[in-house]
Amino acid sequence: MAEAAITNPFRPALDAVAARDASSLSVGQRLALKYFLVAMVLFVAQMLFGLLAGLQFLYPEFLYGVLDFNVNRMVHINAMIVWMLYGFIGSVYWLVEDEAGVELVGAKLANINFWILTSAVAVVVVVYLVVQVGPGNQMSIWLINEGREYIEAPRWADIGIVVCMGVFFYTVAGTFMKGRWSGISGTLVLDLIALAGLYLAGMFYTTNLSVDQFWWWWVVHLWVEATWEVLVGCIMAWGLMKTLGARREIVTTWLYIEVAMMFGAGILGLGHHYFWIGTPEYWLGIGGFFSALEPIPLVAMVVHAVYDAGRHSFQSRNHPALAWLIAHAFGNFLGAGVWGFIHTLPQINLYTHGTQWTTSHGHLAFFGAYATIVIAFIYIALQRWRGEVWMSGDLPDRGWKWKWSLILLNVGMLGMTIALLIAGYEQSFIERAIGGSTWAAYFEGQTQPWFVQGMQWRMVFGVLMTAGLVLLLWDFLTIGRGETRPAKEVHAPGPHVG
Amino acid sequence: MSDGVWWASQDFWRKCAIFVTAGMFLVLILLTFHSMAAITAGQDRVPAYSVINHRIDYVFDEERNMKVPVIGEEAPLFGEMLSEEEAKALVDLGKLTVQAKNCMNCHTLLGNGAYYAPDLTKAWLDPGWGNEQARELLMTMFLKDPKTNARTYGTNRRMPDLGVTDEEVRGIIAFLKWMSAVDTNGFPQGFEPLPQGGS
Ligand code: HEM
Ligand code: HEM
Ligand SMILES: [Fe+2]
Repeated sequence: MAEAAITNPFRPALDAVAARDASSLSVGQRLALKYFLVAMVLFVAQMLFGLLAGLQFLYPEFLYGVLDFNVNRMVHINAMIVWMLYGFIGSVYWLVEDEAGVELVGAKLANINFWILTSAVAVVVVVYLVVQVGPGNQMSIWLINEGREYIEAPRWADIGIVVCMGVFFYTVAGTFMKGRWSGISGTLVLDLIALAGLYLAGMFYTTNLSVDQFWWWWVVHLWVEATWEVLVGCIMAWGLMKTLGARREIVTTWLYIEVAMMFGAGILGLGHHYFWIGTPEYWLGIGGFFSALEPIPLVAMVVHAVYDAGRHSFQSRNHPALAWLIAHAFGNFLGAGVWGFIHTLPQINLYTHGTQWTTSHGHLAFFGAYATIVIAFIYIALQRWRGEVWMSGDLPDRGWKWKWSLILLNVGMLGMTIALLIAGYEQSFIERAIGGSTWAAYFEGQTQPWFVQGMQWRMVFGVLMTAGLVLLLWDFLTIGRGETRPAKEVHAPGPHVG
Repeated sequence: MSDGVWWASQDFWRKCAIFVTAGMFLVLILLTFHSMAAITAGQDRVPAYSVINHRIDYVFDEERNMKVPVIGEEAPLFGEMLSEEEAKALVDLGKLTVQAKNCMNCHTLLGNGAYYAPDLTKAWLDPGWGNEQARELLMTMFLKDPKTNARTYGTNRRMPDLGVTDEEVRGIIAFLKWMSAVDTNGFPQGFEPLPQGGS
């Protein structure tokens, strides 16, 4: 078969960027580190408030009237959304110059933007914790909190976020425009437009709860099951090239395949949230069918990542990053694909909707799909920051910190997910199937031993995860310090057939 | 992966990605127009706000094979008939209060939210209120002082005192009554409403 040896048109630019003094980071990369730092602070906050909320299931008097469950939970999930977005922004700033082959456009503006966004986040959190709730009027929604899960941020902050996203977008798209475009960057920029545009769908008030939830799901679902997936697909494509030396043609083709499948299933898969909110019955069929297809691209991503890693005999220049990229591929498949699929058909969702099944899936999906890849990317960044040092096998102390934090975080999350799923089975059985979903039936479900034990095990695994996080942060602070060996060379294998 | 065959070419998949995304998005937009019309208050699936002037029941529909809300005779909330505008204003106050007090981070509404406290979709119809006559008073007392009026059924979980005013309480109850009349395709499954006169 005629096989054109494909030369990478971006090679010279990439080399030019890589040839700079390894220890001096570019402006985009320095900015990325700031975003990563805030992301990790918020990750810690997320875990702490998760522990508080989880404890309140077992000891409802704990912090009652001081930091009530709804406050802790809001901080828990908002810290998560924001730290993941910070992780993505950091990753994009990290790769944009390398990918475009030029310096970041509007670097000064981008820096100011970081400080404005971060101050806004800080103010929002302080108001959540101190003011907590307000009177039932528009002022509360504009200044305190919007009371809509995940997008609780008050309206003033919404507007600020949109402006900051605009600046972020301008600097990124501007950099590609000045430099060069690639398949990855083109997909990335279009996806960022969609991601920011969707946020607008959550920025209005209406009396009609059905209309409210209809658009609320545009933000929540079309973020995590469409635009975020594609965003991390872009980051993953770049990461595989960097850690393994995977070929650009292959990762780009895979990226297009993933986009086609992810949007092909995920856009109408939105219908799995329109079963019970007042929307017409046709959503039962459309939502059930298309969301059931959503695991397919996630399988494809696993195949792609593992195939690429295998093709390179797992010879990577950054073992921790590769391990987390693989954790991402499997976590995404398990948490979103499998755990999502089990309750996505309307016949099942009728019993599981809004139970601990949902919590179980929410945890494994967000962790498996998004926490993992941000962590992987931070490892990629740290390697460069510490001077393009060795991060393959034979690390000092056998790299026990990264290995144990990987194990603790992943085992902790899996254990928590299974504990919650058992509680969920019990809940849908006692509360829904037998009890007929009344208040009394709800509490009947919440007091069964299997449920209570599920809540206890969730805490045990939550503590394991927290230990894993501490270890991870310690590893971030130390890995590569004092390392003298340069990073292992990885080469893209030549074009081949098969 | 061979670059020679059409199905493995980058160009093919790029076009695929663009057309699939555009096509699916177009279908979503069309369905959105249709759904928006169907869930406008006062249309077939979501009641007008003045529904709070009526008794709401939840009965099995043979044809659809699921329970559906049925709007019955006049049964004005707090004994006061409201015009459509007045009703809307009251439900609106309730909705704003539900958001401002962050109810959704303990409860679920239409099954969405948090799982620390019961679903509120059919709270208005819950048999826990005993009977139609006591319901409004019990709900008011509970919302005004959830600390002392909580029935925790052995969990010890109590709703915090959210400092709602009398007017806000009326709004919240109006909102809950209105929500219980939304056609939710049979969710929550198997729910038996409290006994109401006539039904
Ligand atoms: C990384 C991707 C995903 C993430 C981060 C994610 C996260 C979540 C979260 C947090 C919720 C709960 C929302 C709430 O609080 O009400 C949820 C609900 C749901 N997800 Fe996912 N999800 C993902 C992918 C999927 C996929 C691929 C499927 C289906 C195959 C799926 C099926 C569902 C269903 C059916 C619900 C509704 C649960 C209910 O009725 O209560 N998810 N998802
Ligand atoms: C120390 C570990 C953690 C504990 C103890 C914990 C605890 C909790 C609790 C108690 C809730 C409220 C559930 C409810 O309403 O019934 C919750 C919700 C949630 N948590 Fe965590 N969490 C932890 C870590 C995480 C991590 C690492 C992630 C993701 C990366 C995460 C993502 C979520 C999400 C998405 C929800 C909303 C789920 C839904 O609405 O279905 N949590 N968590
Ligand atoms: Fe979804």
